[in-house]
Amino acid sequence: MLGYFARRLLQGFMSIVGASIVIFTITRLTGDPVVLMLPPEAPPDVIDALRIKLGLDLPLWRQYLIFAGDALQGDFGRSYRWEMPALDLVLDRLPATILLSAVALAFSMAVAIPFGVLSAVNRGGWVDRFGKVFAMAGQAMPNFWVGLLLILIFAIHLDWLPAYGAGTPAHVVMPAIALGWYPVAAQTRIVRSAMLDVLDSDYIRMGRSVGTPEFSLVWKYALRNAAIPLITMLGVYFAAMLGGSFVVEVVFAWPGLGRTVVEALFARDFPVVQAGVLFAAAMFVVANLLVDLSYGIVDPRIRHGR
Amino acid sequence: MTDADAPALAVEDLVMELHLRRGVLRPVDGVSFEVGAGETLGIVGESGSGKSMTCLSILRLLPKPAGRIARGSVRVGGVDLTQLSERELARDWRGRRLSMVTQDPMTSLNPVFTIGDQVGSPLRHHRITRTLRETRARAAAALGRVRIPSPERRLDEYPHQFSGGMRQRAVSAMAIACEPQVMIADEPTSNLDVTIQVKMIELYREIQKETGVAIVLITHDMGVAASICDRVAVMYAGRIVEQGPSRAIFRRPAHPYTQALLDSIPRLGARRKRLFALGGQPPDLLDLPRGCRFAARCPKRMARCDEAYPPEFKLPDGHVSACWLSESEAVHAA
Repeated sequence: MLGYFARRLLQGFMSIVGASIVIFTITRLTGDPVVLMLPPEAPPDVIDALRIKLGLDLPLWRQYLIFAGDALQGDFGRSYRWEMPALDLVLDRLPATILLSAVALAFSMAVAIPFGVLSAVNRGGWVDRFGKVFAMAGQAMPNFWVGLLLILIFAIHLDWLPAYGAGTPAHVVMPAIALGWYPVAAQTRIVRSAMLDVLDSDYIRMGRSVGTPEFSLVWKYALRNAAIPLITMLGVYFAAMLGGSFVVEVVFAWPGLGRTVVEALFARDFPVVQAGVLFAAAMFVVANLLVDLSYGIVDPRIRHGR
Repeated sequence: MTDADAPALAVEDLVMELHLRRGVLRPVDGVSFEVGAGETLGIVGESGSGKSMTCLSILRLLPKPAGRIARGSVRVGGVDLTQLSERELARDWRGRRLSMVTQDPMTSLNPVFTIGDQVGSPLRHHRITRTLRETRARAAAALGRVRIPSPERRLDEYPHQFSGGMRQRAVSAMAIACEPQVMIADEPTSNLDVTIQVKMIELYREIQKETGVAIVLITHDMGVAASICDRVAVMYAGRIVEQGPSRAIFRRPAHPYTQALLDSIPRLGARRKRLFALGGQPPDLLDLPRGCRFAARCPKRMARCDEAYPPEFKLPDGHVSACWLSESEAVHAA
């Protein structure tokens, strides 16, 4: 178990290194940040001086090695734009993004599990059909558009919820729905097909044959088995939430990592983009590791090392 | 509520239909039998003869939505279960007064719940125990009754920590936890190795002695049927073709199908070199012959076998055979 854990940690570290190389190269393809940092009338020698000061005159591979060496020591450079360490900026914005992603994921499961279970129990019934349409709609609509629609209905017309910003629990509702609706369709399908398999199993029939009420058969004895494939996918969905948050945070002016990275990208603020993406990658790795460790809680066969 | 003089289980003219796209099948087609308290009835036959479907029909655990009981009655202690609602059946009957042990011990237990939870579940649902402590004590007692050593300690274990034989014991414990009057055992030993089979059969006998439960044992193994059953019913293509005290049936089988089944048992020290094997296949339930369903494979086929299905003839030694050959010996048509 410990060896497995160490191997997974190493794999995770390698993924983060890979992500850092990709993001480092791609940010530099967006153009020269020095041009944006200085007034248009700045003389060429001033521009060159700033470029040398920031180390942007060196070959790309040397820039990367310097960046990687510093990053390993916890130094991600200073933001060109906000004039503060990139790390402090990212750590300041990270909790808001984790909160949003977690609420969005919880929302998607809170919808997908009941829909999936009821669709399986009443296969071909109205819940099954309505659930399919509802879930498909979520998958067909891009999350920024869902966000705008939600703002239009619930903030402008009905005036129930704040349109943007953060601070109160009410603020998280719309961004979380906009972000969490997308995976509902896929999650519903996973729960539905797993439930269909489980409901057909010998142990459910055994439970029924000793008089276990249908309600506990479905929601207790069958659901815990059917939840295993969904949990397997949680890491992937958490990653989807992180990716989606880059867009949704901009729509709702949510003060999270995603919006900060998008703003930094427009300003060619390389240190902030690099630090932000690396932390998103690290969160993804950690989330997957936690998912792997959580199987044991649901499935005793894994807990006992089989 | 229940009638004390009635047999523990009385099935009469039971017909179960499967409504499929291809047509309507009758896997159980007019089956009747009775089992008294403390008695064991064996139902034997090939796979596909309707043995398991008969069991599922008794508990009304039919495949949905295709299966339905079309005719007949299932009485437990005098109460006709076919007249009860699904809810009443689950609340007062299944697991309480009659229960079932299914074929495969490896898949009959829920892998993500403890043995204690599962064995305790019928006790909880039927309100026999009210508190967690009481449920655990009764569940441990049930495990003890099926001879699982140190039962209290094993309550918190999961099915994968149990061996095949122990799992089958745990399933049996779940079935007898509420001390039902009728237990239906559907091939309870066919997935276990031979020495464990013998132990399980002994165990069922002991439980029966202790509790007086009526047992319906489904098996395709004539040896198992001979060793444990008081009476035997032989099924073929959805119908019982021969029924009676096991001694009479094994000593003087009247129906050619029963004779063929008995001839297929390997015997130690037998002169015959090759084991008898019955040729042919059971009939397609969608395309049944007008006459006897066994006629096509029967070595003693006569012209009238194809004309009409034989009625049940009662023989002098007390057993009943649905074969025209028995007509001449019959005491009277049953």
